[in-house]
Amino acid sequence: MALAKRIIPCLDCDNGRVVKGVKFVDIRDAGDPVEIAKRYCDAGADEITFLDITASHEDRATTVHTVEAIAGQVFIPLTVGGGIRTLDDIRTMLNAGADKVAINTAAVFNPEFVRQAAERFGSQCIVVAVDAKQVSQPGEPPKWEIFTHGGRRATGIDAIEWVKRMVDYGAGEILLTSMDRDGTKMGFDIALNKAVSNAVQVPIIASGGVGNLQHLVDGIVDGEADAVLAASIFHFGEYSVEEAKEYMQEHGIEVRL
Amino acid sequence: MNKIAVIDYGMGNLHSVAKAVEFVGRESGTPTEVIVTADAKLIANADRVIFPGVGAIRDCMAEIRRLNVGEIVADAMKSKPVLAICVGMQALMQRSEENHGVDCLGLLPGEVRYFGDKLTDPTGARLKVPHMGWNQVVQTREHPLWKDVPDNSRFYFVHSYYVQTSRQELVTGITHYGTEFVATLAAGNIFATQFHPEKSQTAGLTLLRNFLQWDGAA
Repeated sequence: MALAKRIIPCLDCDNGRVVKGVKFVDIRDAGDPVEIAKRYCDAGADEITFLDITASHEDRATTVHTVEAIAGQVFIPLTVGGGIRTLDDIRTMLNAGADKVAINTAAVFNPEFVRQAAERFGSQCIVVAVDAKQVSQPGEPPKWEIFTHGGRRATGIDAIEWVKRMVDYGAGEILLTSMDRDGTKMGFDIALNKAVSNAVQVPIIASGGVGNLQHLVDGIVDGEADAVLAASIFHFGEYSVEEAKEYMQEHGIEVRL
Repeated sequence: MNKIAVIDYGMGNLHSVAKAVEFVGRESGTPTEVIVTADAKLIANADRVIFPGVGAIRDCMAEIRRLNVGEIVADAMKSKPVLAICVGMQALMQRSEENHGVDCLGLLPGEVRYFGDKLTDPTGARLKVPHMGWNQVVQTREHPLWKDVPDNSRFYFVHSYYVQTSRQELVTGITHYGTEFVATLAAGNIFATQFHPEKSQTAGLTLLRNFLQWDGAA
């Protein structure tokens, strides 16, 4: 009997529609985030992460409505990320029914924002999302830097030091994405996950690179992650959340079935 | 009409719990009205009361005292079913170790303790704090709120502090995380959960449905 490791499907949404492609055989509307979130929830997802990639600020009202609709039907934790820049943004999302918000770029520009957010709303709802890229050369001790703007802009900030600082400021959880692995289907960056997980006391969500179910197991067993996040392997119906959990359980990982 | 008051003292996210209660009311076909409020009169007129809470205990207690929520809860406990959730449960106890020690409402006997920075499982492996995610609750005695909830069901927790009490007869559920702690308590009209039933899918919604039908007798 122990705390279960979590599986978190991630929905990338643009103007109220799930993008990055979602294909299910028997779904009415493959792009409807509410329907997809409900489906994952019914399949045993432990949480849902909703990443808003809507470009224009005016379209954010759509995002709020979508979050409200998901929260009215899905009774597992819901994290909303993308464009969270102010305390008002956080309040809006929490009022819409989000349980946590993921802060990324705004934390890099203004680290104090994370402290203020944790003080105002509590660490339990502040997830700091970190996009990390390996900058050391082969043969050197591993070193990762954080990037912003979806991994396009280097910051020169060391990833391990950054995560420690964010936890010190009140981050309750770290969503750690490897920019080297994201979209590759080669598996998580295990060394990065392990280094971050050992550096801080709070839970780590591993993200970026999942191509098969063994990758999920590796992220938890070798990468020492507390939760694993994946999008495409679930969206395209390659694997269901149930299959992922059964596979993890067969490999000795405690899951909620 | 089943009127449910969710006490709003300005601390965090009450929408999840209000939405879950509305959903359960709709599903069970009982007309249910959920009011999110700190108004003593509205709470006094409700059939059932939910006392939620998230965030740091010092800030919660400051608002609870400023808005006289302690008295409202104490009054409600005398006459109607009350469900306390997470920091709401902790606020009912006598004292918390959080924020260098904070006096709580003292409506239930017990203390709130920190998991510690060196928490380990029985094999010696390090455990993260906060305790965040789905863990099992062992039902230590029967209670109307456990109806149709299988023993050892997993519920969603997120907390760094936990309740301990010497009054074992009040404990209705326990969970293990480095140490054994009180997952649920019941005393007369009150049922308190450290986990979030509103975020615990089927098991949590079943518990909420039971609460909506509970007449308060333990």
